[in-house]
Amino acid sequence: MKALLLGIALAVFPAPAVLQAADLRIGMAADVTSMDPHAVNITPNNNIGWHVFDALVHVDADARIVPGLAASWKAVDPTTWEFRLRRDVRFHDGSPLSADDVLFSIQRAGKLPNGQYASFVQRLTERTAVDPYTIRVKTATPYAMVPYDLNSIFIVSKKAAANASTEDFNSGKAMVGTGPFRFARFARADRVELQRNPGYWGGAPVWDRVIFRIIPSDPARIAALLAGDVDVIENIPTPDLAKLKLDKRFGLSQKVSWRTLFFHLDQGRERSPFVMDKSGKPLDRNPLRDARVRLAISKAIDRQAIVQRVMDNAAIPASNIVSPPVFGHVAALKPEGYDLPGAKKLLAEAGYPNGFSLTLHAPNNRYVNDERIAQVVAQMLARAGIQARVEAMPINAYLPRARAGEFSFAMLGWGSFSGDLALRALLATPSAEKGYGAWNWSRYSNPKLDGLLDQAFASVDEKKREAIAREAATIALKDVGVVTLHHQIAVWALKRPLAYAARTDEYTFAHHIRPQ
Amino acid sequence: MAAYVLRRLGQAALVVLVMSVLVFAGVYAIGNPLDILIHPEATQQDIARLSASLGLDRPVWEQYFVFLGQALTGNLGTSFAFNVPAIPLILERLPATLELAVAATAIAVLLGIPLGLWAGLKPDSVAGRTIMAGSILGFSLPTFWVGLVLIMTFSVELGWLPASGRGPTLDVLGIPVSFLTLEGLQHLALPAINLALFKLGLVIRLVRGGTREAMMLDYVRFARAKGLSEPRVVGVHVLRNILIPVVTVVGLEFGSLIAFAVVTETIFAWPGMGKLLIDSINVLDRPVIVAYLCITVLVFVLINLVVDLLYALLDPRVRLAAAGAEA
Repeated sequence: MKALLLGIALAVFPAPAVLQAADLRIGMAADVTSMDPHAVNITPNNNIGWHVFDALVHVDADARIVPGLAASWKAVDPTTWEFRLRRDVRFHDGSPLSADDVLFSIQRAGKLPNGQYASFVQRLTERTAVDPYTIRVKTATPYAMVPYDLNSIFIVSKKAAANASTEDFNSGKAMVGTGPFRFARFARADRVELQRNPGYWGGAPVWDRVIFRIIPSDPARIAALLAGDVDVIENIPTPDLAKLKLDKRFGLSQKVSWRTLFFHLDQGRERSPFVMDKSGKPLDRNPLRDARVRLAISKAIDRQAIVQRVMDNAAIPASNIVSPPVFGHVAALKPEGYDLPGAKKLLAEAGYPNGFSLTLHAPNNRYVNDERIAQVVAQMLARAGIQARVEAMPINAYLPRARAGEFSFAMLGWGSFSGDLALRALLATPSAEKGYGAWNWSRYSNPKLDGLLDQAFASVDEKKREAIAREAATIALKDVGVVTLHHQIAVWALKRPLAYAARTDEYTFAHHIRPQ
Repeated sequence: MAAYVLRRLGQAALVVLVMSVLVFAGVYAIGNPLDILIHPEATQQDIARLSASLGLDRPVWEQYFVFLGQALTGNLGTSFAFNVPAIPLILERLPATLELAVAATAIAVLLGIPLGLWAGLKPDSVAGRTIMAGSILGFSLPTFWVGLVLIMTFSVELGWLPASGRGPTLDVLGIPVSFLTLEGLQHLALPAINLALFKLGLVIRLVRGGTREAMMLDYVRFARAKGLSEPRVVGVHVLRNILIPVVTVVGLEFGSLIAFAVVTETIFAWPGMGKLLIDSINVLDRPVIVAYLCITVLVFVLINLVVDLLYALLDPRVRLAAAGAEA
């Protein structure tokens, strides 16, 4: 009877058709909003962009820049950069890549209405083609970040994309690139289908067809993997890691991510809105301005415990604002050890033997386990005598308030492929004119740090620049400009025997997924 | 009749206008969408440039009047997060949601009416009690949980049906639908059942209650006394009388199915419009939120209109008179 029922069920609902061996189905964790590579600058869009297009400069698995469509580049003088293109590159329509396509792409990124990539080309005051395979760009002042900025500019075909709107990219009409896959289909909120580019200059990928399924819900993504609907998923929720590890059908690929979690501590104001004494009255001075208090807070946090119990080991304790593989990471800095007596002693020295109270603000739908981390940190602070109340809210309510400077003690996560860029955004003295400190909620200000950053961005010698970036990071972190927590570990789950060359920048690249 | 329909549409326009003011003010109060949308490395100048290009640097009332002016030309603005016009963005995803809602309603009605009749005619039988117990489960279990259980059972453990997503689509009159292929139906089955369960419980209870009440009434006794067969008594006389509340509820519920299928759409990664609304709220994508709610209001108004017209068909006593204007 049971067999009969099963037989009927199978006849009515046959198992999903078996796909060809060289198809790869990937479950993506966030929605792709646009195919236009110059429109909306968010990770899922760029993730698809990297399959269809290339940039002059690529980033390797360790988040270090490497040659892309440009075989080499150099600073001819401190304000002029020259990029030499590879000569063996063809677009998907067969036409060869030339300097004209590169100039067109830079111009389009800068001019597209509401385009979010304009920031990466604003500083290029002059762009010229020296010959069909060489371009030169000029900046008003010496600027070392030109190759980094151009990593964000996808090169489109001038022929296909001249006058193209975002809709022309969404429909596929203008989706002509040089990347490892050709565009096949975009079904909004459902899937993106790609086809192999056999003539890819970096070597043809092993997959004939790649299907990116958009499955933002965590349980749904896991279920899709378990049910065999997809072969690979990204962004595994930490509670599911242990179970997936035990499942023989799947393997995990992981790497420390560039995303670092930390707290901004208001050091700019004499009175900070959410710092009070224990009876809830405002304090006459802001304790967070005292470096000893900030160090005490850092010592009171048991990072190892957070990593093990909250993050299920999908993180490593952090001492830096950029993670270990990233440019400008200072290996000499060690994560602050858990030291409760030390924290209490420092608080007493600073004049707060009985502590004080504060509100700890955090988002509750942005970073991995964000609200739980905030709760745990608040309990740890309580042990040192600092009464912390957690207020967690959705990111859409959180960010506008945080950016308006409303909070005193606020969680933020950051991913950057260079330490000096992260310092520029997070800890440099805010200056609209220089573009410094756009995310400096701490209002930390140190002229020495600003000076070093000026030097770093003007230094076209990468070695020298990294040394300066490390010096700058050391100064800011010794000052406890921010209290670092941990670097996340990015995890992918794959059906055996597939394996992924996991990336620090968290992108999921089909051409780097291979059968073992 | 025409005047009646026109007046209803006029009311709808007023509702849409008031709602757009509320949504505008509400989203504005939460904060600046650029704080969420902009790339982290962007500098203050980049933010200023983008906010000028999106018109977000102007006072909110000015933004609203710009919006109204454009709305009169049929343009409800360009999505911040998608960089394409909002209306086509929503309409593109309407068919997927409609398909899901129609399938769920069909399941609820086609199963619910016979089951409800059975339970109403034989309230004390084992079958009748089982149906009632099942209907309680149907609307008391949370959709989210039931969805996951369905996936775990039929996709992960048994492997009969795909866990999520929408199957391949075919164009019918220019509208992409997925229920015409076997693979499409397989994809549709679980989300449609998931979405239908609550409504199924509701329809069963409505029909059962109506049936039990109707069976006591004089016209049923009279019909029986006239010597009509039991199937004719139940199938024609009783059914017709209990259908009016069922049509009302199913109609109203159909609107909420379309507007709020979001839980099911999320669990099954179904590319419908409910998910679009949640995503848009998450990034404060105001043009999409406003356009979405405008479209939802219109859908509700249309459904209510259809329900009223159906009343007139089902019950000859109902007249679509404009407040006593007709005799």
